Amino acid sequence: MEFQSGKRAVAVKNVSLAEEHLHDHWEAYPVMPTCLMIEGMAQTAGILVGQARNFQEKVVLAKIVKAEINDLVVPGDQLKYEAVMENISPEAASTTGTIYRNGQVIGQVDLMFSHVDQNMQGLEFPKENFVFTGSFQRMVEPFLERSDV
Amino acid sequence: MAMSEQEIFGKVKETLVEALSVDEEEVKPNATLTGDLGAESIDFLDIVFRLEKAFNIKIPRGELFPDNVLNNPEYVQDGRLTPAGLKTLKERMVHADLTEFEKDPSVSKLAEQFKVQTIVNYVRNKVKG
Repeated sequence: MEFQSGKRAVAVKNVSLAEEHLHDHWEAYPVMPTCLMIEGMAQTAGILVGQARNFQEKVVLAKIVKAEINDLVVPGDQLKYEAVMENISPEAASTTGTIYRNGQVIGQVDLMFSHVDQNMQGLEFPKENFVFTGSFQRMVEPFLERSDV
Repeated sequence: MAMSEQEIFGKVKETLVEALSVDEEEVKPNATLTGDLGAESIDFLDIVFRLEKAFNIKIPRGELFPDNVLNNPEYVQDGRLTPAGLKTLKERMVHADLTEFEKDPSVSKLAEQFKVQTIVNYVRNKVKG
């Protein structure tokens, strides 16, 4: 929705009863699982971190520093994930994130990501970027071109 | 004005409480980061980021927590640091007390050398410039 390279990314998720997992969580009272809200923030922040290094690094979620979700989200609600880059180094990045439900703040999710090829143990990973694949880059390219990158 | 030891310790404690989700009482000078406070490798980077912000300093890679030592075959043989490895480590970690470690420089014991006081020493040297 909004993107400022190396600084901030905002994404939107419309919660719909058409999503199968909501039928099991829970059948009588469908609510958006909080773990999926953390995942939503991780995807938003992960793209922010990845783009800052031109998608050359393999960015993986390494730590959920803080996750506080203070209210329920139900079908029909709109979630907004706002991720802000706090720090980025050759090895890792940290982000803070605010979750809004229909414009109201309902949570905070702060994360850390690792650039796995730069790990301190010197472990080796496959050469191919299995995080930001070609199809992913093709998907985000037109969007990023329109944003403030 | 230079920061007092107490002020540095207070900020380091705050940093570790936030980064590792531990209680304030657990953060004692002799507490080890991995053993007593449960830090994992990514936590070390989190701590570095937070210290940079808290003290307005820049911590170059490998300065506080040395890297490229344990994965260097010249420095590690049969799970122990070689004399050359120990020398390099001591040069890089002037802020750590490695006296005990020198007696048995097993790689598995290296993590125990990172104590709260090690960070306080590092920051003290750093803010003094």
